[in-house]
Amino acid sequence: MSPPVAPPGWSRWLVPPAALSVHLSIGQAYAWSVFKAPLESSLDISGTLSALPFQLGIVMLGLSAAFGGTLVERNGPRWAMTVALVCFSSGFLLSALGAWTGQYWLIVLGYGFVGGIGLGIGYISPVSTLIKWFPDRPGMATGIAIMGFGGGALIASPWSTRMLESFGSDSSGIATAFLVHGLVYAVFMSLGVLLIRVPRPAPADAAGADATAGVGGVQVSARDAVRTPQFWLLWLVLVMNVTAGIGILEKAAPMISDFFADTSTPVSVSAAAGFVALLSAANMAGRIGWSSTSDLIGRKNIYRVYLGVGALMYLVIALFGDASKPLFVLCALVILSFYGGGFATIPAYLKDLFGTYQVGAIHGRLLTAWSTAGVLGPLIVNWIADRQEEAGKQGPELYGTSLFIMIGLLVVGFVANELVRPVHARYHLKEAVHA
Amino acid sequence: MPEATTTGTGTGTAPEGAGGRRGLIAFSWLWVGVPLAYGLYELVRKATQLFTG
Repeated sequence: MSPPVAPPGWSRWLVPPAALSVHLSIGQAYAWSVFKAPLESSLDISGTLSALPFQLGIVMLGLSAAFGGTLVERNGPRWAMTVALVCFSSGFLLSALGAWTGQYWLIVLGYGFVGGIGLGIGYISPVSTLIKWFPDRPGMATGIAIMGFGGGALIASPWSTRMLESFGSDSSGIATAFLVHGLVYAVFMSLGVLLIRVPRPAPADAAGADATAGVGGVQVSARDAVRTPQFWLLWLVLVMNVTAGIGILEKAAPMISDFFADTSTPVSVSAAAGFVALLSAANMAGRIGWSSTSDLIGRKNIYRVYLGVGALMYLVIALFGDASKPLFVLCALVILSFYGGGFATIPAYLKDLFGTYQVGAIHGRLLTAWSTAGVLGPLIVNWIADRQEEAGKQGPELYGTSLFIMIGLLVVGFVANELVRPVHARYHLKEAVHA
Repeated sequence: MPEATTTGTGTGTAPEGAGGRRGLIAFSWLWVGVPLAYGLYELVRKATQLFTG
């Protein structure tokens, strides 16, 4: 499939909604927990098993983004969005069949494996196209799309809950809900497939600098990019930033309850749920807000803020968090906004360093940092909290060590960001690339 | 608001909604905006529990 080139007069403001239609759909992955309890009771499976489709989905997201990135660059965004649509929707349809027939392996295969490929290809599908359309504001453009991934769970969580209430939480009700999800997401994502266009290549003799190239007119292939220290420094930056965010996300509800358990204003279960929701809002706002800010102050500077100020926020929580609830909440919100901002700004940072030639494929490879942090973050926080509990600690003391480890990780990320320099000329493409 | 031409280099400008695409732009943003607004509404409802719960 050749990439669809925009006809004369095509507006670039049609590209963000195309990207959003895909990201708002695949962001459903983070609302999988809605199906966990109904699946456990109706199919008589354990909590570990009911989490398997989501876990496999995230693994497949990382793998398909890393290994499918070059294909996405070669075949264009419409091909990628079509693959994402087919995989993500058919994953739900297979899951519906699995729920109807009581074959849980079909749900794992459908949602986790097939749907997971849709997640990975869908995630990177609009990135390089958006950057090419918005060379003047790449941070804002990718921020809009990646904000959509956070927004997808906000939509799916209440929507799926209502559906299960209507259809019932038995296997037949779950199957119907999966079927409706598959069909509705197919229709919703089709807007992206129909709307997406790549810009017409700039004339070869166009005067002035190529705005699609990286800083200094650089273009680097994906194969060469992974051989540069810059790629691995950014990989480290992303791992550290994401791990630090997950440090709060993973334990948000028990953390706020434990911090204020022995105060005059203890936090109720519903208030803790409200805190978690507020963190989701900060995560989303950070994606669009901080990523857009990076267009004004530069990518390196914004990561200095994410990692440096993030470490300070963790320090404030560790030292004074239990003294004031508003202070605790404010610091946690800032940290989560940096977590979202880190995700959304990385494609623009890659564009600055490597140009747009294969930025989608490079971004796909970098997302293995996400998978790594997804394992590392919860592991650190949960393991330490368990050890502290065994040692008889209570309240804020349960989290002290974790918080200082998060500060250490952010400092490592900060140093890695400081070490990022322009890519050496030996990695630059020799021939001019009109992306 | 100025916008890039279809070359995507951000150098040329054309009027907003050039080529009679204004309706399509509005429709496509509504297509994604309405579900997102629903999600945000549900989020705000839940988040207020922090202050009332």
